[in-house]
Amino acid sequence: MKIVMAIIKPFKLEEVRDALTALGVHGLTVTEVKGYGRQRGHTEIYRGAEYAVSFLPKVKIEVAVPSAMVEATVEAIAGAARTGQIGDGKIFVTSIEKALRIRTGETDDDAL
Amino acid sequence: MTLMRTTGAPWRLPRALGPAAVGIGLALFAGAPAAFAAGPTPAKGDVAWMAISTILVLAMSIPGLALFYGGLVRTKNMLSVLTQVFAIVCLAAMIWVCYGYSLAFTDGGSLNSFVGGFSKAFLAGITPESTAGTFSNGVVIPELIYMAFQMTFACITPALIVGAFAERVRFSALLVFVGLWLTFIYFPMAHMVWYWAGPDAVAAAARELAAATTDTAKAAAQIKLDAVNADAGMLFKWGALDFAGGTVVHINAGIAGLVGCLIIGKRIGYGRELMAPHSLTMTMIGASLLWLGWFGFNAGSNLEATGGAALAFVNTFVATAAAALAWMFVEWAFKGKASLLGLVSGAVAGLVAITPAAGFAGPMGSIILGLVAGAICFFFCTTVKNVFGYDDTADVFGVHCIGGIVGAIATGVLVAPALGGVGLVDYATNPGTASPAAYVMATQVWAQIKAVLFTIVFSGVGSAILFKIVDLVIGLRVSVEEEREGLDIADHGERAYNY
Repeated sequence: MKIVMAIIKPFKLEEVRDALTALGVHGLTVTEVKGYGRQRGHTEIYRGAEYAVSFLPKVKIEVAVPSAMVEATVEAIAGAARTGQIGDGKIFVTSIEKALRIRTGETDDDAL
Repeated sequence: MTLMRTTGAPWRLPRALGPAAVGIGLALFAGAPAAFAAGPTPAKGDVAWMAISTILVLAMSIPGLALFYGGLVRTKNMLSVLTQVFAIVCLAAMIWVCYGYSLAFTDGGSLNSFVGGFSKAFLAGITPESTAGTFSNGVVIPELIYMAFQMTFACITPALIVGAFAERVRFSALLVFVGLWLTFIYFPMAHMVWYWAGPDAVAAAARELAAATTDTAKAAAQIKLDAVNADAGMLFKWGALDFAGGTVVHINAGIAGLVGCLIIGKRIGYGRELMAPHSLTMTMIGASLLWLGWFGFNAGSNLEATGGAALAFVNTFVATAAAALAWMFVEWAFKGKASLLGLVSGAVAGLVAITPAAGFAGPMGSIILGLVAGAICFFFCTTVKNVFGYDDTADVFGVHCIGGIVGAIATGVLVAPALGGVGLVDYATNPGTASPAAYVMATQVWAQIKAVLFTIVFSGVGSAILFKIVDLVIGLRVSVEEEREGLDIADHGERAYNY
C-alpha cells in the first residue's frame, strides 16, 4: 500500500478527480494549502503597502492505493494536473504500514 | 452648513406632572393656539426627508464605516473594529442627548464664539412642538429631528478616528478618549462652524432696522442686528463655508487620527509582516454603504427637501464617481494595475471632498473637485505615508483629513456663480428672502484656509493632549501578547469568523 500525495494547482482539482475515478480509485482527501517552489510568489499592493506574497494557494490531495496501482495513479494525476507552466506542483509517494476501515474493521488492502 | 435656532414656544409639561395631568396639559395646549400660531410649522415633506436622512447617516457608521474599516484589518482584529465603531456610535448618541447637543447648538454666553451652553442639557425644553430654523426664511423643522440628524454626525465623527490606530488600541481607553474628544473637540467645533442665529432672526432684526425712523431707533436696531449677527460660532463669523462637515467632521477626525497613530505607535511588524486587508469584499460593501448614506449626510444637511437638497444630492453622486475613477486611473498609471481598494478609496475621498461643497458647488465643479481629490489622496496614502512612515491603518489622515482640506478650500472657489456655484447668501438686505451676497474669491478662499488651519491646530493639539492623558491614566495600547493574539480575543473574547 502506498500514499500518493500531490500538490497541484487548485483549478486542476476536478480534472485530477475525474482521472482518478476513471482509474477506479475510490476516495480522496483534499486540503487547501499554501506554499512555494520554483514558482515563488507575487506582489500585492494595497494602497501604499506592497507585499511580496511568497506563499501561493495550492491544493494537496492524498490518495491511498494498493502497491500495484501506484504507477497508474501517479501517471493519472500528473497527466491531469499538467499545464506545462511553472507551478504545476509535485507528487510524492510514501509507504503505508497499516490501514483500517473504522466501520467494518477491515484491514490493509481490503480497507482501501 | 447646518444651523440652529429654535423658534416657537419653549413649551413643555413640568416633569412633576404625572399621566393624570397630561390631559390638562393637552387641554391647555388646545386652548392656547395663539402661542403656536406665531411661528411657522414644519412641512411634512421636510420632516420625512430629515428622518430618512438621519437613518441614512446612521447607516454610514453602522454597518458602512465598520465594514469599510473592518475589511482592511487582519482577520484577528475584524471583530474589534466592528465593536469599536458600534460602541462609539451608541456612546456618542448618549453623550449627545445628555449635553452634546446643548454644547453644540445653544448660546454659550461669553464663550458663544467657541462653544454653547448647557441650557438644553438632557434635551431640556425640547418638545415635539419645538422647531429649528433652516436656510430659508419661515421654514422650520421639528427640533427633535434636527437634534437626531446632528446626533448621527456626532456618532460617525469619532468612529472615523479608529481607523487610524486599529489593530492595537485598547478598547476601554478608546471609549474614554471618545467621551473626552467629543466634549472638548467635536462639540466646540460643531458650534464654531454651524451655530448661528438663523435666517428668521436675521430677517427680523433687519426688518426692525428698516422700519426704524429716528436716529436713536436706527442705532438701537443696528445694535440689535449686529448682536444677531454676532450670535454665531467663530468660524461661521469668519465667513467659512462648510455645508455638511468638511472641517467639523473630516479634517477634525482625520487630524485626530494622525495624532493618535503617531502617539500610539506602529503596529508590531509594520512594514515587515504581511498586513494585507482580510476582506476587500467587506470593504467594498462598507464603501458602498458609505456612499449610500452620504446622500443623507450631504443632501440632508440642506435641512429641507428642496432644490438645494437636490443639488447636494447630485454633487454627492458625481464627485464620488469622478474621484473613484481618478484614483483608479492614477494608480493604474503609477502602479500598473487598477485595484478595487483604489476604486473604493477614491470614492470615499470624493465623498469627503464634496462634503463641505455639496450645497455650494455646481455639478461640473463637483466633478473637477472629485478628480483632484482622488488624485491628491492617492498621493498621500501611497507616497507621503511611505516617506514619513506613520502607520495609519485605514488611511484616516490620507483620505479624511487631506480630502477634507481639498474640499474645504475648493468650496471657496466652487461656490462662485461664474463657476456654476450657488454664490453667497444675504438674509439682511431684503428681510424675509435670501438675496445674493457679494462674492470675492480671494476673500472666500482665505476664509476657508483660515478655517482649515484653525481646525488642524485646534483638533491636532487638543487631540494630542487628550490622547496623552488617556495614555497616562489607562494606557492607549494593548500588550504585545494581546496585539499578537489579535484584539478580537484579547479585548472581546470572540472571533469575527468561526469556520
